Amino acid sequence: MTETANHRATRVRGRLPRPLVIGGSILLLSLFIGTFPALFAPYDPNVFDYGALLQPPGFAHPLGTDNFGRDMLSRVIHAYTIDMQIAFFATVFAFVFGTIVGALVGYAGGIAEVLFGRVVDAVITFPFLVLVIAIVSVLGPGLVNMYIAVSVVGWVFYARIISAEIKVQKQLDYADAGRAMGYTHMRIIFIHLLPNSITPAVVYWMTDMALAILLGSSLGYLGLGAQPPSAEWGVLIADGKNFMATAWWISVFPGLAIVLTGLGFSLAGDGLAELLRVKR
Amino acid sequence: MSGPTQDVLIDIEDVSKRFALPQTVLNWVSGKPAPAVHALNGVSLTIHRGETMGIVGESGCGKSTLARCLVRLHECDSGRIKFEGRDIAQLRGPERRAFNRRVQMIFQDPYSSLNPRMKVRRILGEALSVHKMRPAAEIPARIFELLDLVRLSPDAADRYPHEFSGGQRQRIGIARALAVEPEVLVADELVSALDVSVQAQVVNLLLDLQERLNLTIVFVAHDLRLVRHISHRVAVMYLGKVVEVGPAQALFSAPRHPYTRALLDAAPELDPTKRNRTVAARGELPSPIDLPKGCLFSSRCPHVFERCLSERPRLGDRGPQHKSACHLPDFGSAD
Amino acid sequence: MNTPVPALEVRNLTATFGDGRLTAVNDISFAVAEGEVLGLVGESGSGKSVTLRSIMRLLPASGAVSGEILWQGEDILKMSDRQLRSVRGGQISIIFQEPSTALNPVLTVAVQIEENLKAHTELDRSGRAARARDLMDLVGIPEARRRLKEYPHQFSGGMRQRVMIAIALASNPKLLLADEPTTALDVTIQDQILKLILDLRDELSMSVVLVTHDLGVVAATCDRMAVMYAGRIVETGTVQQVFSEPNHAYTRGLLGSVPHAGTERTKLLSIEGIPPGLNEISSGCAFNPRCEFATQICGTRTPVLEQTGRGRQAACFNRDAVIASGSPVL
Repeated sequence: MTETANHRATRVRGRLPRPLVIGGSILLLSLFIGTFPALFAPYDPNVFDYGALLQPPGFAHPLGTDNFGRDMLSRVIHAYTIDMQIAFFATVFAFVFGTIVGALVGYAGGIAEVLFGRVVDAVITFPFLVLVIAIVSVLGPGLVNMYIAVSVVGWVFYARIISAEIKVQKQLDYADAGRAMGYTHMRIIFIHLLPNSITPAVVYWMTDMALAILLGSSLGYLGLGAQPPSAEWGVLIADGKNFMATAWWISVFPGLAIVLTGLGFSLAGDGLAELLRVKR
Repeated sequence: MSGPTQDVLIDIEDVSKRFALPQTVLNWVSGKPAPAVHALNGVSLTIHRGETMGIVGESGCGKSTLARCLVRLHECDSGRIKFEGRDIAQLRGPERRAFNRRVQMIFQDPYSSLNPRMKVRRILGEALSVHKMRPAAEIPARIFELLDLVRLSPDAADRYPHEFSGGQRQRIGIARALAVEPEVLVADELVSALDVSVQAQVVNLLLDLQERLNLTIVFVAHDLRLVRHISHRVAVMYLGKVVEVGPAQALFSAPRHPYTRALLDAAPELDPTKRNRTVAARGELPSPIDLPKGCLFSSRCPHVFERCLSERPRLGDRGPQHKSACHLPDFGSAD
Repeated sequence: MNTPVPALEVRNLTATFGDGRLTAVNDISFAVAEGEVLGLVGESGSGKSVTLRSIMRLLPASGAVSGEILWQGEDILKMSDRQLRSVRGGQISIIFQEPSTALNPVLTVAVQIEENLKAHTELDRSGRAARARDLMDLVGIPEARRRLKEYPHQFSGGMRQRVMIAIALASNPKLLLADEPTTALDVTIQDQILKLILDLRDELSMSVVLVTHDLGVVAATCDRMAVMYAGRIVETGTVQQVFSEPNHAYTRGLLGSVPHAGTERTKLLSIEGIPPGLNEISSGCAFNPRCEFATQICGTRTPVLEQTGRGRQAACFNRDAVIASGSPVL
């Protein structure tokens, strides 16, 4: 007598977790705006308008204008392009490289793990921002150098997460079953263990992207990241720092954009964690 | 016609295995060796083609470690395991893969022995394609065949492990092992995690498969009744050594080692009229880190005498295919 | 002749979870006589553990219990907190399956035993210490004085179980509830613990309710047994009666599933399918989908536990057919 899989399937069909829906919507919108800023921006972000300097939010300029008469709404919108790029490129290399190294180290254990542990110790001893600024000041300002600096430091965190997860997964019987089957180590690591270990790293990546925007903005504010006149939220905030009392809208709206996008990543990360959780 | 033969398929020769415990700084400084759990202490056993060898013992006896050494999940510290006359530790590359194919393992925990992110189709398909059991075009059909072999319906192929019950997952594990058409199945506590009524289903399946596919089975379990039910020959292990080995019938009806006797007396029978109130074996298992000198069972044996405390007994013949490691050669004998 | 008043009588006990959505125990009734060992047998989802915990009102907050649990005439379910506290651990004690989680790892054994004594006896400090030593002797832990000062992790599994029994017995309970007390132990240790429980039952005239899934344990220790399936009792009787003539298809199937002497290498009687989860119980007889004796009526009406003899009950429409096919064990 054959048996079908019984009705023990506990998948809740069809409902995506709410945080994922909300966060995902924010992100998709942000992505869209960043890809097609011209569709949304009413003005050219770089055009000076001496006739409309430091205008408060109003009908013609919903988010006001800055000290060169540039429309803030258009500048904030165009900044999406750069900031979404920062979110991605500042993190993806660290994610990929860190995942691969972490998987290998976690599986190998032994001396590799000991050495890796010392590397982690070295990196986390320093405040992240200090390290990044140090590297950027060597390489010079600019976005690409910022990506390099962040990746060089950031991969360690991903590697640590993956390494810990791989160690746990490796103890489970299905890993032994793979070895007993004579599967190669590479196959076991990357096809079996990694998909079961990657969720925490993916969630971390989401949060990391939010932090990358903050970092990019901080560096932009310091003049070490995106350079003016590019529209980048940090740069915009820096532009407005001398006008906080008189023209608060120059700094505040880019700040809100950062908060909103960061929230999007955070929620999406939570929702993703829930969605990807392994059922037992 | 399948069934046990006299062909020695697996020869375990004096195998030992220790698991080192973390070394303390004081010990290191004073030069003392790191403490270790002595999981296997000189195990010798032969397994014949076509038979079911039951390996039984309580916790700490080393049966699971031995099972894992048989499929090379652990490497022995000393001694050798020979498969068809060849030392398995020496096998490399394609020969090693061939060995993995021919000797397969099924695991105890139905909840962790299957990759939770892979559908059954992929779990089975991977085994088939990595070992090139079938050309790609024939794999789907073979997957259905395998599922049928373990009495699961074809729609199981597109489901994930968590959609199945414990007993069904064990069957998927069996199907995976069978996918590579092994000659030997090593089952480590195959049914311990299952409900009683489900255990019977899986045991029946195993008996059936052995018959059909002419398998050699190494059945490791702590459940004496189960081992007696399924095995041709049985080895009883205690603290990393085989204390008795022999044909199932003979071993269980007239055990020649006090520990086997104690195990049998302790395992409750399904007969309420056969109750007795005396304890079968007193005391506790000694520590596997600090093994007693002399016979490992000496601290609990009702028949212990002086020699037992200083000299460790070796396996001696007691009858056809029947050996026991005890200083009392006449223990349990009928005459 | 008067039938003696049972020590514990459970009437129409029902336990539900999640606002009544899931029924773990469905209207069960049974009694335990003084000095009797009653086995509650079942597999996963049978409700045996929930039953045991309900007796002491130890269910989690989401659990709701109804019915009557009469302990020496008083209904436990209606007791005030004060009364309940004196019963729990005092007159009725419970031991669990996992001694490593049931004992407090940061308190010495002495403290844990004496805690019970403090709560349920009038002994003073030296009296408690002496009693603790006596209890360690009673449960067979050598070198009592030294070991009392140790922590649970310094004991082996079997020893920890003995410690748990010592704590449970500290106040001389009249009823011991044991939830799979030996499932996690090796067979030779299980043997020791079960025989210890029987010895203690004799010495202290205690009643015992032993929850287990192992029919061998039932055969070796229990006087009477109740078989549970999907939250209901399907059969009761003395162990001898039930083993020699099972009246319910499930009992018969269970007995046949266990390998026993004389049937080596033959197919075991197996019951197809798996025990239902709490939300999957079918209408009519819960065992119907797996039953080889099932007839039309089994799918429509739920069989009720009926008296079929003195102390003998079964809930099966096809009892006669089951009896006719004989016992798989005796």
